[in-house]
Amino acid sequence: MEVLLPHSLEEALAIKGERPEATPIAGGTDLMVDLNFGRLRPAAMIDLSRVAELASWQQEDGHVFLGAGLTYATIVKEMPEFKPLVQASRSVGSPQIRNRGTVGGNLGTASPAGDALPVLAAYDADVVLRSRARGERSLAWHAFLTGPKKTAIAPDELIIGTRWRRLRGPGSFSKIGTRNAMVISVAGLCLVVDEENGAVKVALGSVGPTILRATEAEQQIAAAMTSSGAWQDSSITITEQVIDEFGSLVAAAAKPLDDVRGTAAYRRHGCRVLARRALIWALNERRLPAWL
Amino acid sequence: MNVDIRRQGGVGESVRRVDGIPKVKGAFEYASDLHRDGMLWGATLRSPHPHAQIISMDVSAAAAVPGVVAVLTHADVPGKPTFGLDVQDQPVLAKDVVRYAGEAVAIVAAEDPELARAALEKIAVNYKPLTRVTDMEQALEKSAPPIHPQGNIVRSLTIVHGDPQARADVWVEGMYETGMQDQAPLGPEAGLAVPAADGGVDLFIATQWLHADLGQLAPCLDLPPEKVRLHLSGVGGAFGAREDVSMQIHACMLALRTRRPVKMSYGRQESFYGHVHRHPARIWMRHGASRDGKLVNIQARLLVDGGAYTSTSPAVIGNATSFAAGPYEVPNARLVGTAVFTNNPPCGAMRGFGAVQACFAYEAQMDKLAAALNLDPIELRLKNALRSGSVLPTGQPIAGVAPVRACLQRLQALPLPPEESALDRDPMLLPGGAGNVGHGEALKRGVGIAVGYKNLGYSEGFDDSSEAWVRVSVDNEGPLAEVKTAAVDVGQGLDTIVTQIVRSELGIDRVILRQPDTAIGSAGSSSASRQTMMTGGAVQLACQAVRAEIDRQGGLADLRRPVEASRVFHHRSTGKLDANGQGDPHVTFAFGAARAVVEVDQELGLVRVVQLAVAQDVGRALNPQSVLGQIEGGSAQGLGLALMEEIALVEGQVKNASFTDYLIPTILDMPPVISEIIEEPEPGLPYGAKGVGEPSTVVVPAAVVAALRHATGRELRRAPVKPDDLVGL
Repeated sequence: MEVLLPHSLEEALAIKGERPEATPIAGGTDLMVDLNFGRLRPAAMIDLSRVAELASWQQEDGHVFLGAGLTYATIVKEMPEFKPLVQASRSVGSPQIRNRGTVGGNLGTASPAGDALPVLAAYDADVVLRSRARGERSLAWHAFLTGPKKTAIAPDELIIGTRWRRLRGPGSFSKIGTRNAMVISVAGLCLVVDEENGAVKVALGSVGPTILRATEAEQQIAAAMTSSGAWQDSSITITEQVIDEFGSLVAAAAKPLDDVRGTAAYRRHGCRVLARRALIWALNERRLPAWL
Repeated sequence: MNVDIRRQGGVGESVRRVDGIPKVKGAFEYASDLHRDGMLWGATLRSPHPHAQIISMDVSAAAAVPGVVAVLTHADVPGKPTFGLDVQDQPVLAKDVVRYAGEAVAIVAAEDPELARAALEKIAVNYKPLTRVTDMEQALEKSAPPIHPQGNIVRSLTIVHGDPQARADVWVEGMYETGMQDQAPLGPEAGLAVPAADGGVDLFIATQWLHADLGQLAPCLDLPPEKVRLHLSGVGGAFGAREDVSMQIHACMLALRTRRPVKMSYGRQESFYGHVHRHPARIWMRHGASRDGKLVNIQARLLVDGGAYTSTSPAVIGNATSFAAGPYEVPNARLVGTAVFTNNPPCGAMRGFGAVQACFAYEAQMDKLAAALNLDPIELRLKNALRSGSVLPTGQPIAGVAPVRACLQRLQALPLPPEESALDRDPMLLPGGAGNVGHGEALKRGVGIAVGYKNLGYSEGFDDSSEAWVRVSVDNEGPLAEVKTAAVDVGQGLDTIVTQIVRSELGIDRVILRQPDTAIGSAGSSSASRQTMMTGGAVQLACQAVRAEIDRQGGLADLRRPVEASRVFHHRSTGKLDANGQGDPHVTFAFGAARAVVEVDQELGLVRVVQLAVAQDVGRALNPQSVLGQIEGGSAQGLGLALMEEIALVEGQVKNASFTDYLIPTILDMPPVISEIIEEPEPGLPYGAKGVGEPSTVVVPAAVVAALRHATGRELRRAPVKPDDLVGL
């Protein structure tokens, strides 16, 4: 197997253009497992870990751009104001895995259990792709993640990163696993509040073939907050009944299966519980003056 | 002779481990690090079917791959076609039939490990699947296909004690189950076989028992035992997994055939298929007591799944059945134990060896009984606790110390950890840990206790002796003691204990341990909590013999020639059980009790164990630090069984052969352990020291699940407990 070592994005794109069959690798926390188990035998790999341009993040015009090569450890360290993203990043693997693993890897692998993906879905993030021949394009997260371990990337493209409009409002990420750390998600949920647009967004991981948004639940809670006046006055209480209904609608959005990590029934139940909790936390946080 | 126990680095001190620094620095050579120039790599083809007939096998395409040096099948086994610790019923390589998914079918030696693995895919095996038996109850049915010619029962025994018809005032009944736990040693199976000029072979191997391996290798290789020389390599944990042969015979076959050194080193996935596991158990019990809380009668039926081959199942079910009444005085009992063959992976030795499963059941019963009698669970246990002189259901009296009450009372005296508010807590320290699933919602605390016991050493007439050789010489640096045994330090700290014993017995600081091999007599297995007692005993005897000779010669200062001695230590003899399960089966016992404090997220069924406290009967702590390490490690393995560790089997197929999905506790799952060491020296054992490796593993699963029952009010009859069980899905 050939391992190609570009030192710049330009060089990486050139290689990918010439060798579209070559598999890009960054942290290797997914791919090395597949290599070791003999499930993957590419003729060539492009090691992107030396491409500095991919390993940064910026804010511009109210948007956030997160480079595909940014590791979870860096996100935890440098992006505290993006709480759901930090919470998701902190839940990834062990310190060693977080030091290597990248958001680009989560996107490229496109597993429904990718911990960062529900956050990107809740942010309504775009995935930024680039090829040398055709330049850059952006796809909405759901247009990019086309199925379990399937994406819309073209053979000559690399994942450059992900971009989203910065939201004002509270949010959180939670992940259920059957041990207290270093565990693949049984069910993951990200809830974010978009104060400007009066929206609540909920995305689910590990409970369907790909990341799911609980759109009915989102509409139900947004409408309930509108009719009660809670968007304007955060001290207005959202009733238990509304919160329960929200939990039920989120659970109904899940399309879980039974597997070795958990039962479908438990996953659906977990979505309900996580949804209720995440909503209550967000509503409580809205009442605090300190949120950003 | 007086033993100077206060001597620096001697018995009773927390001496730093002799292998500690090299292990921490990465300088310790484990078997997976073995290397010889020009060596080949071996790989194993395994059956994908739990039960199938082999119609045909064609290895020609694999043999033709450049770089592949040998492809061997059952037809190439030089001698006896089968191996096994107790009964040799497992084929070295399957011939006509495979009986579990993962059974070895063919082996390859090639110039590099990738080539060897790639060649496996070119071996064409034509299987005809047979009806599989993957449930232990199903194995007992008349209609079940026999997995072996003699049928599906490995061993069945009945212990009849007193009058099993005896009436009681109060009865409680329950069914309990435990899953198939893996030993999950961090170092997978590995070894290096080197062909010798005399036609024999030298095998460098990570094992638990060199001589048991030898006894199985020599007949299969058709070599006299002296031509099969085993040398211990670095062992990365064992916990029972290395008691059975894995790659030993295969590596030797390939080395003898190719005349080149052959290394075999399993990856984690293969390790799950390459060794035996803890027996899953299904246990029914009925406990009868008088109204004042005295046990009157215990009825039990224990069924364990031995998987496809015998391994140590007869001894495991013997243990489980003989311990089924728990560490309690019971005048009447009928205890029936059965181990069956199925087409699941073979089960054998694992830390606790039958005692774990029994304790899970009898302690759940004691809690039920306490509730039925409206008695405090600890009081009920104290009322019935075994003591020295008590008679067990097998009729065996307890000759040694039995501080069951002391274990319970030490736990009773420990204050509970203070309740912490969930509000200000880092979510990391709540159930769900790093997943951030809660801020303290639906949090409920529970406390559970369990007490249990286990035999030390081998039982039912087995003479698992140990030999030691000690030599004392004087050079320009002064006196030097050299020691050799065939005993394996699997990570438990035996090498350090042996060094301490030599220092105490001989008064010599400079001690060299020679690498264990089969040139010396057997030390028995590093299992059954037995090496401190057995090899420690042999080293003590050999030291005493050397010391006597040195004294006869006028002391160390006048020593002209080296003095050496070999001695063999035997434990007291035991006997087999008769048709009513009566006899004198066990050497002696170690007792332990655990208290678990848990927090349950009642909505999500997730758990944080807040604290474990273990009170353990150790006889005497020869190295207190090492004892704490064993208690903590054993507790972690017990917590794993209670909460997460299970080989997931579907129709005989392992669904989680990796550390991604076979979960073992992390530091966020494992709480601090309060260890209460109870020292009541055991008469007849060297220094009065009991083995310490197993009691915590025996009692912790039962204590953790008891705490979960307390927190949730649910019955929780099966371990590991799943989130579904805790939320009632």
